[in-house]
Amino acid sequence: MLDYLLTEEQIMIRDLARQITDEKIRPVAAEYDRSEKFPWDIMKIIAQSDLFGVYIDQKYGGMGGGIFELCLVTEEFSKGCAGIAICYSATALGTYPIILAGNEEQKMKYLPAIAKGEKLAAFGLTEPAAGSDASALQTTAEKKGDHYVLNGTKHFITNGGDADIYTVIAMTDKSRGARGASLFVVEKGTPGFTFGKKEDKMGIRASSTSELIFNDCKIPAGNLLGREGMGFISAMRTFDMSRPGIGAQAVGIAQGALDEALKFSKQRKQFDKPISSFQGIQWMLADMATETEAARALVYASAREVNAGVKDVGMHSAMAKMYASDVAMKVTTNAVQICGGYGYMKEYPVEKYMRDAKITQIYEGTNQIQRNIIGMGLIRESSK
Amino acid sequence: MNIIVCLKQVPDTADIKLDGVTKRLVREGVKSMINPFDMYAIEEALRLKEKLGGKVTALTMGPPQAETSLREAIALGCDEAILVSDSAFAGADTLATSYTLSCAIKKIKDYDLIFCGKQTLDGDTAQVGPGIAGHLDIPQIINVRKIQDIKEVQVTAQRMTEYGYDVIEAQLPCLLTVVKDINVPRLPSLKGKMKAKSASVSVWKVVDIQADEASIGAKGSATEVLKIATPPARPQGKIFEGEGAVDQLVETLKGLMK
Repeated sequence: MLDYLLTEEQIMIRDLARQITDEKIRPVAAEYDRSEKFPWDIMKIIAQSDLFGVYIDQKYGGMGGGIFELCLVTEEFSKGCAGIAICYSATALGTYPIILAGNEEQKMKYLPAIAKGEKLAAFGLTEPAAGSDASALQTTAEKKGDHYVLNGTKHFITNGGDADIYTVIAMTDKSRGARGASLFVVEKGTPGFTFGKKEDKMGIRASSTSELIFNDCKIPAGNLLGREGMGFISAMRTFDMSRPGIGAQAVGIAQGALDEALKFSKQRKQFDKPISSFQGIQWMLADMATETEAARALVYASAREVNAGVKDVGMHSAMAKMYASDVAMKVTTNAVQICGGYGYMKEYPVEKYMRDAKITQIYEGTNQIQRNIIGMGLIRESSK
Repeated sequence: MNIIVCLKQVPDTADIKLDGVTKRLVREGVKSMINPFDMYAIEEALRLKEKLGGKVTALTMGPPQAETSLREAIALGCDEAILVSDSAFAGADTLATSYTLSCAIKKIKDYDLIFCGKQTLDGDTAQVGPGIAGHLDIPQIINVRKIQDIKEVQVTAQRMTEYGYDVIEAQLPCLLTVVKDINVPRLPSLKGKMKAKSASVSVWKVVDIQADEASIGAKGSATEVLKIATPPARPQGKIFEGEGAVDQLVETLKGLMK
């Protein structure tokens, strides 16, 4: 791995995440993949380690880092299990709207419990009819006195059912399209807020993906994040900043698969030699390692840009997410190829990396949407 | 409840080498870690502190680099750390080591419990814990798998045996050595690691603990190592299966007894 000149504190964070991965996550990854149970025991260990607070301001009980620190942790966890890693990083996705658009009172109310890992969070945007076209939202929030009343259904929500704090986007003024969307915090247990079916997924099976159902769900007006009509913009800002996190997850998956493939190639003998002595295998490994490192470099650079408070990070974070996830898919597929029949079997960890990798090309904006963002960014930049 | 945990920095299990000339373990240039049994001792001490209040002091005798193990103990939640380190302590066997540690504990003075791991991974003697209790003339319970009850003046613990366990009561202050059944050690926290980075570790020399110079280091050691060797790998067992297995087994055993 290249030397990314991490600070002493960042090395500490990375090493602690690595220790949790090696000692606690790897031994249980296959079991959670099979059972699809939510990994509460691992969440508790992460909570005790203070890592839930790495990106949250010290004022709210966090460690005072940012997206880059979040990426370092997510990458390490993903080497062991991308499903467990996303339970962790989806909480950050649900928390960022509060950090970006919340007022002081809202921050004081929600962030300390999240930083301590006492409560998980989730972000509720996607709906049955609104995926890539996030402006086609159907969920509504109607203001009645000092309350809003929410109606509608969100689906494919990571941490749905298991998180306590949900940031949800809903239409406060349908006639204004995307400019009529607003962001709210909805707490689990609010009357009228229930969970629908939990999805049976191809990968990241340790994480939960569920429907959120709002049926005349009444929440205090004080749960509005920012101003009415700013929801879509806040959501897009959140994604601009959070995308390197998915890139980091992809880098972790790729690295985990590469490590397994390299280990296997040194042990596996065919024609009286370890298969790692064959140039054909070496070239595959060389490409896998190079592309994984390139993806890491891009993810880190873009995360550092976010940490530094650069104004427009959207295009670079889209590049990081898109490139790293495409690399993860390619590297994991080749890792299975190197391990051959063994790689295809569930008894070995390699096929899981391949199943887990696929989602990174899809969620938090498909890679086609990322290319749209990059394309638009290029045109905008060139016309300045 | 003031608790002292004795720990030892040992070479990483994956990395153990023996020196045929000095007849000792090679410790230079080898990755090190806290003796795994001592991790259970630290965990038990921290759990008692969290329940009853007080403080936990981590204590070790060793070369200057043993400080890293003490910092790890602070990262886990220990409040203070003391490194007993002096070139005069070099070459100590378990007798001299337990004497030296008992001198340091006398200097700490205010304690209710001392925790040790059951034994170390490198020396494997299980003598230092009991030796400390002997030098201090306090009760000891070894191989503890559970603390049943603890009061101001008395502890009740389960001592693991080959056939089960004994329940033993002892007066405080008391020394306990623990086995791995007692708990699951925690991992450090980020805040703990940051605290450990800047924490001060006291270093005590011979004069600080007022140890008798004839009883420390190689001079104070009664052990003479005649020979060291890596134990031979265990030969593979034989499994008899199917019809006639019993007869085959009996024949083989007869052959071995000749």
